[in-house]
Amino acid sequence: MSDDRPLTEAEKAQAAKAAEDLKAAALAAAESVPVSVHPPTLFEVQEMELNFGPQHPSTHGVLRLVIRVDGERILETKPDVGYLHRGTEKLFETETYPMGIPHTDRLDYVAAATNNHAYCLTIEKLLGVEIPRRAQLIRIILDELQRLSSHLVWLGTSGIDLGAVTPFWYAFREREQILDFFEEYCGARLTLNCMRIGGLPFDLTPGWVERLIEFVDDLPSRIDDYEQLLTENRIWKKRTVGVGVISGEECIEWGVTGPVLRGSGVEWDLRRAQPYECYEELDFAIPTRVNGDTYDRYIVRVQEMRQSARIIKQCIDRLEPGEIRGKVPRVIKPPVEETYASIESPKGELGFYCVSNGTNRPYRMHVRPPSFINLQALPRLAKGHLVSDLVALIGTIDIVLGEVDR
Amino acid sequence: MKVLTPTVLTYVKVVLLVAVVPAIIGFIIVLAERRLMGFMQVRLGPNRVGPKGLLQGVADLVKLVTKEDITPARAERAVYFLAPVLSVIPALTALAVIPFGPAIRIGKVKTPLWVTDVNIGLLFLLAITSIGVYGIILGGWASNNKYSLLGGLRSAAQLVSYEVPMGLALVSVLLMTRSLSMVEIVQRQERLHLWFVFPGLLAFFLYFVSGVAETNRNPFDLPEAESELVSGFNTEYSGIKFAFFFLGEYAAMIVISCVAVTVFLGGWLPPFPHVAAFKFLGVIPPFGWFLIKTGLFLFCYIWFRSTFPRYRFDQLMALGWKWMIPIALANIVIVALAILATPGRSNGLFVLSYVFGALFILMFLLAKLRQKLTRRERLAAVPASASETS
Amino acid sequence: MADETTQPPEAAKPSPSPAAAAHKPAPKKVEATDASAHPWVESIRSAVPDSVVSAKEFAKQVTVVVHRNRIAEVAHHLKDAEDFRYCVDVTAVDWRDRQPRFDVVYHFYSFSKNDRIRVKCAVADGEEVPSISEVFLAANWPERETWDMFGIRFAGHPDLRRILTWDGFHGHPLRKDFPVEGIDTGAAIYPEEWPEGGGPAPGDPNRKVVS
Repeated sequence: MSDDRPLTEAEKAQAAKAAEDLKAAALAAAESVPVSVHPPTLFEVQEMELNFGPQHPSTHGVLRLVIRVDGERILETKPDVGYLHRGTEKLFETETYPMGIPHTDRLDYVAAATNNHAYCLTIEKLLGVEIPRRAQLIRIILDELQRLSSHLVWLGTSGIDLGAVTPFWYAFREREQILDFFEEYCGARLTLNCMRIGGLPFDLTPGWVERLIEFVDDLPSRIDDYEQLLTENRIWKKRTVGVGVISGEECIEWGVTGPVLRGSGVEWDLRRAQPYECYEELDFAIPTRVNGDTYDRYIVRVQEMRQSARIIKQCIDRLEPGEIRGKVPRVIKPPVEETYASIESPKGELGFYCVSNGTNRPYRMHVRPPSFINLQALPRLAKGHLVSDLVALIGTIDIVLGEVDR
Repeated sequence: MKVLTPTVLTYVKVVLLVAVVPAIIGFIIVLAERRLMGFMQVRLGPNRVGPKGLLQGVADLVKLVTKEDITPARAERAVYFLAPVLSVIPALTALAVIPFGPAIRIGKVKTPLWVTDVNIGLLFLLAITSIGVYGIILGGWASNNKYSLLGGLRSAAQLVSYEVPMGLALVSVLLMTRSLSMVEIVQRQERLHLWFVFPGLLAFFLYFVSGVAETNRNPFDLPEAESELVSGFNTEYSGIKFAFFFLGEYAAMIVISCVAVTVFLGGWLPPFPHVAAFKFLGVIPPFGWFLIKTGLFLFCYIWFRSTFPRYRFDQLMALGWKWMIPIALANIVIVALAILATPGRSNGLFVLSYVFGALFILMFLLAKLRQKLTRRERLAAVPASASETS
Repeated sequence: MADETTQPPEAAKPSPSPAAAAHKPAPKKVEATDASAHPWVESIRSAVPDSVVSAKEFAKQVTVVVHRNRIAEVAHHLKDAEDFRYCVDVTAVDWRDRQPRFDVVYHFYSFSKNDRIRVKCAVADGEEVPSISEVFLAANWPERETWDMFGIRFAGHPDLRRILTWDGFHGHPLRKDFPVEGIDTGAAIYPEEWPEGGGPAPGDPNRKVVS
């Protein structure tokens, strides 16, 4: 209305009529709704669809779960992933083989060395490179340190999710020491880029091994500290025993690997089943529990931490001076073949499937991420539990969104 | 001075309580909690503001006071405003009947260290703390937020459920004192030379655990835990209103601790006041003893928060209804029997103390023994390759 | 997928020069061999007739190429008869200039044999592959991912929708003609510029192509 003159009578009548029409139309629309559809009251039991995430305090990354609940009981969970998708597999195709190693750091960013390791193993398999013994041993040490670090993060965050705020600080105190080791070795704490095709980038600095021995000797008593707070704690057991039970058979059906599989009674660990580097020489146990609930997975991971300490000590004992890198051509052009290699990462079976076309860039490099496949089983685990248990379940599968989404 | 009549003194004490207690909470307890938890968690707590972080409470106060006071769009304004108030005032009011010490003399003024000695003191306390539940329900409802409402209702259910074992535990103490007056309870402990924690060991544990549940503290803090879906009834509150809820929770903690001290730990009495060897303990004034014992309970609150995971809501309710109430009822029967067995005298209570004490120590030792014997099999993984773990 | 192996530029010979080179053994050239006579391949061939196209073994891994429409039966057979109960992964490779364009690659693992087998099938653009997610529950999300990244439909999949990219995303990122810099996906990100479901057309100069 550009002019400000007052409305004439005709216009006023027209406006009034328009208002009446609108009102009548609204009433008609309201009445056309069937009477049986009444707004739900508070005490009527109805299903609700809730959004859990993508930002929430028990965050293990940006994960969105759409859950359908009946009061507190979960009827159905639909994970919605992809919030951290960065196109890693596409990037692999545009870069040369060695350039891809830092990208692998960012997959499971909590355990970067194992990602590097799997990637390098795949290309070494294509090339047929033999890795010198010293490099093998140091690779195992780095892997196991990373396993410790990853499990410490899991322990701390799992505790906090369930209300136990103290183990977090203890676990991160140890983790700080591990990160210091990594920083001294390769310059980075989290995204390590600490392996090369054929071996390692650097040799160990003087004193590193001695300090590592001290750390590893100390570790069992620290793990005792965590266990003292949680393992026999009645409340912890109440929150975790019987929560998220899955049998070994189902785990295999769902393709779930790692501590989840071992917590359900299947004693399968790639370090024992298909040893890589020199795991076949080392003496370590594969912790396995039979009940397949959250408590068992907790015990499995804690025991794995102890076993990692053992492995590191044995590797240190076997260390001898030597080469840290096998003979690898300067420009890496694998034969026109494809291969798949996998390792036991802290989360499960981490594998890389590489198709090479003879050039210095991969034609296709695909990551088989344990977190992605394990997360598939979350709806199965969460069925029938309460919303409060969902938090425990996300923690117990131990996902890292970088790996899920790539 | 004629001005300082008992009535005026009562008002003075009320003003002191209402002024001092929140100040203590804000400036001392909150900081103590954060520093203590930090200490238990191998880290420093806040230590920047002021020397050694002592002014942290001031900083928090300033922050909360100057925060924007948000009211959700369609919240019920009056109730929304009232809810935090309803949370604080009962807690502070409850302090009126708690005896902090015997009569003291400042100059020519002689006055007892309590605001009032109602002859239904314990009942008054239970009733007043029940009113505090209103603050939570109304706070959750008035926020016009589905999740706050659910959180508030959960919290209210928890509070109401745990009032029963709390009350029943206090009933068993009632049998020992035959009086509801708080001062009378302390004086009876003095006369009997027996703190009621000993014959009422079971009641003591029941009372304290219920007290922790009453204040929504860990391990019973699911309704206000951050990692849960629902952030609780105080989601929508900010600034002063949130400060009031906070204050109400800590004031309730203090009330529970004070009541526990009064009823079970002998209030202002030093340990063994009638034994000559312990006369040196008289150096600390009775009020000091009260503070020390209350501090012990507050320390326990903080200690629990560092140590325990939290119960799931259904487990929490099951614990209250299926375990604590039956045990509380059984406890009443046991105490009643002990008293009836020795009519007119108090030997029954002493015998009960010895029995409970012995049972407690026995249970403790048995638990340790069992722990030791089953250590290997409990923690063993089940590997086919039977190398030793660790 | 020629079977020749290219020579690395500096073909290392176990050189007789002093100490330094003696510590580093040369990379062994790994040869691929035909695996048509491998027992697993034979068993597939006999259980599911007209399925196996070819078989190869490289670096101790057996790769079996089967027909696209037999893949479900082959998967069944591998699971029931050969005990390959664990589906490790499902993915695809885009051979841009080859017909059929895609290879869908399955990896299976057997606990009793402690070994893996790779099964491939060739799929043309627009063709469907029978889904094995009924047989192997573990294949559910990987098949969704393959659909999302490559645009290969899996017939019979219970819930075939995008998993890593977002709702409203157009295109299939891991295809070779999808630029690594990304494309303007139109209304999905810029609803104020494009109509619902709209976006730049395939011939739009803003859509870059990777060569």
